[in-house]
Parts: sequence; structure tokens; C-alpha cells
Amino acid sequence: MLPERRWTDQRIENILGNLLRAGVLLSALVVAIGGVIYLLRHGHSAVDFRAFRGEPADLRNVHGIIRDTLALRGRGIIQLGLLLLIATPIARVAFSIFGFAEERDRMYVLFTLMVFAVLLYSLVGSA
Amino acid sequence: MTILEFSLPVCGSSLIAGLIGALTGLGGGVVLVPLLSLFFKVDIRYAIGASLVSVIATSSGPAAAYVKEGFSNIRIGMFLEIATTLGALLGANLAARVSTHAIAIVFGVVLLFSAYFSRKPRSQAEREVPPDPLATRLRLNGSFPDADGPRSYNVQHVPTGWALMFGAGALSGLLGIGSGAMKVLAMDQAMKIPFKVSTTTSNFMIGVTAAASAGVYLNRGYIDPGLVMPVMLGVLAGSLLGARILIKVHTKWLRLGFSLVIVLLAIEMLYNGLSGRI
Repeated sequence: MLPERRWTDQRIENILGNLLRAGVLLSALVVAIGGVIYLLRHGHSAVDFRAFRGEPADLRNVHGIIRDTLALRGRGIIQLGLLLLIATPIARVAFSIFGFAEERDRMYVLFTLMVFAVLLYSLVGSA
Repeated sequence: MTILEFSLPVCGSSLIAGLIGALTGLGGGVVLVPLLSLFFKVDIRYAIGASLVSVIATSSGPAAAYVKEGFSNIRIGMFLEIATTLGALLGANLAARVSTHAIAIVFGVVLLFSAYFSRKPRSQAEREVPPDPLATRLRLNGSFPDADGPRSYNVQHVPTGWALMFGAGALSGLLGIGSGAMKVLAMDQAMKIPFKVSTTTSNFMIGVTAAASAGVYLNRGYIDPGLVMPVMLGVLAGSLLGARILIKVHTKWLRLGFSLVIVLLAIEMLYNGLSGRI
């Protein structure tokens, strides 16, 4: 293997590592803010997760989550944080596409696009 | 029970699960679902959703100190992620179709496997294997830093490894776990990739695999913000703490204790699944 390519791989990995860390910390912060609002408003309400009912429609998709967040609803803000968390590895994959393109590695650009397509399908196409 | 009375103990238990998961290297995800469903009486589908999201946080987060060491192989990771994400989509779709009893039973079996795997001695032996034509064409062979300079390795049995990874992805999507043990097994045992490269690359892949089923879970309404909030924050805090004290503690007894806990949880899950309580 050429030393030059290994160096580039290493550089990509470093950037990816920082991206992942930042994404997870940001999402944890958003979840914590939403959590505080949720607990302050509803902390003394009764809770029951024994029976599965499924979440209301607005907490199931990107559009509804953003609308709930703008209305400053605690559960909506938590869900936005979780959406950021799910988006973090997806962003990592998206960045890898550019990384492999930079290295002119067409085969791996294709592989990475496949993974990216599966992830996007799961998030927006599987409803 | 009020939301506050529920959230605090759930957060505390998740913190301990994340801490022990990080200290033992077994991951906290595997105990989260039994913890939530057996002790906090949460429906297993909500529990799986919460666990899956937490898995993303611990595997991609600040505690995952693998990237800068130069051990993980991003080509192996990306190539195998095609298999794990497709498997995860299948698993997440299966989760909506099979009964909760069946999920509990499969979970029990996977827990037993994890406990066995954690007791198994690691294969640290140096392997000298010839290059495999398919692995070479896919550019999977690589090298990692060793005590005396970079050491190169060759990858074997690509189709077997790919199939095992598809299975690992399906289990991850069905049960809401990282299935790191099965990923390491596929790389280390089947593909003959050095153990350190296998574990770090596996960690690299877990978040992407989990994200593939998390989208489906979100759309299905399995991800409840009120439940995931204490679980995710607790697990993340625990794994951060674990990464800090990792070097100081002797993990042998901790690993033994943790695998005993896993066996007990496995029996409990199997019992509840078979008797139709979950």
C-alpha cells in the first residue's frame, strides 16, 4: 500500500472521529434541554410504558418533530436531539463518500453510496 | 408512578449499564433491554427503541476512543456496512411482525451467546495468511501500528464474513443491540482480521448499523422521547466515566461478574418469553 494513501486514510479517520464526537455531544445537549422542559412541565404526571401504543404521528417524522420543537414542546425537543443522534453516523457516511472521491477510489465511492442509500431509505422511505 | 419517579432510577441504572459496558468492553446495550423490560416493566418494543438509540450514542460518542489509534480499517468497515445496514433493515422490519414472546426468546439466546463469547480467550496469535484474491481486489488488506512498526495483514473468507455481518445487522435491528460480539466474531474468526483491528472496526460500524434500523423504529413510533431521554443520557454518561477509569481497574473479575449477570438475565428473558409474560 502506498504510504501517501495511508496518510489520507488516517486523516479522514481523524476528521470522522471529531465529527462523531461533536454530533453525539450536541445531540445529548439538545436531549438534556428537552428533558428539563419535559420534566418541569410533566414531571408529576403519571407514566406507563407497560402497554405499547406507538408514538403520536408528530413524533415519528422529521417534519412533525421540527414543528414540535418550534412550539418548544419538551418531547419534541428530545426527539430532535435523537434525530441529530441518528443523523450523526449518516453524516459520517456522507463525509466518507467525499473522502473516497478525493482518493479517486471509485469502487469505495460506490460502496459508500450504497450504505448511504440504505440509511436514507430507513429514515425517510420506510414510513 | 410519576414521570420523575420513573426517570431518575431509569437514568441511574442506565448509567451503571453504560459504565460496566465500557469497563468490560462488552457494551451496555445488551443489558438495557432486559433491564427495562424485566425491572421497569417497559414494553419490549419501547425498550428496544431506547436501547438502539443509546447504542448509537456509545459507539459513535466521545467514549469511543478508537479512531485516532490507526487500528480501524475504514475500507473493511464500509464494505461490511453494506451487509450490516441491509441486515438491520430486515431486522427492524421483522421486529414489527414477530410476537414479543419470540423477540424475548431470541434475546435470551443472544444473551447466552454474549456471555459465552465474553469468557472465550481472545485469539492473539499472529497469523501469516496468504492474500486472498477477492479481498485483494476489494482492497481490504491493511496494516496497523505495532510495537515494532506497522504490521500488515491479509483478509480471508470475504463471502462468509459478509453473510455473518448481514446476520449481525439483522440481530441488531431485531433486538436493538450493537451486536458487537458477532461483528468481532465475523472479522476475527471468519475473515482472519487481527483482533485489535476487528474490535475497533466493529465499534466503528455499530453506530451506522444502528442508524439503519433507528430510522425504521422512529417511523414506527417505537422511539418514545420520555423513555429514551433518561436511558440515552445515563448510558452516555456511564460510558464516558468508564472510558476515563478504564486503565485503573482490573477488569477480570468485573467481566466474570458481568457475564454471570448476563446469564441470569438470559434465563429470565427465556422464561418470560416462553411463558408469554413478555
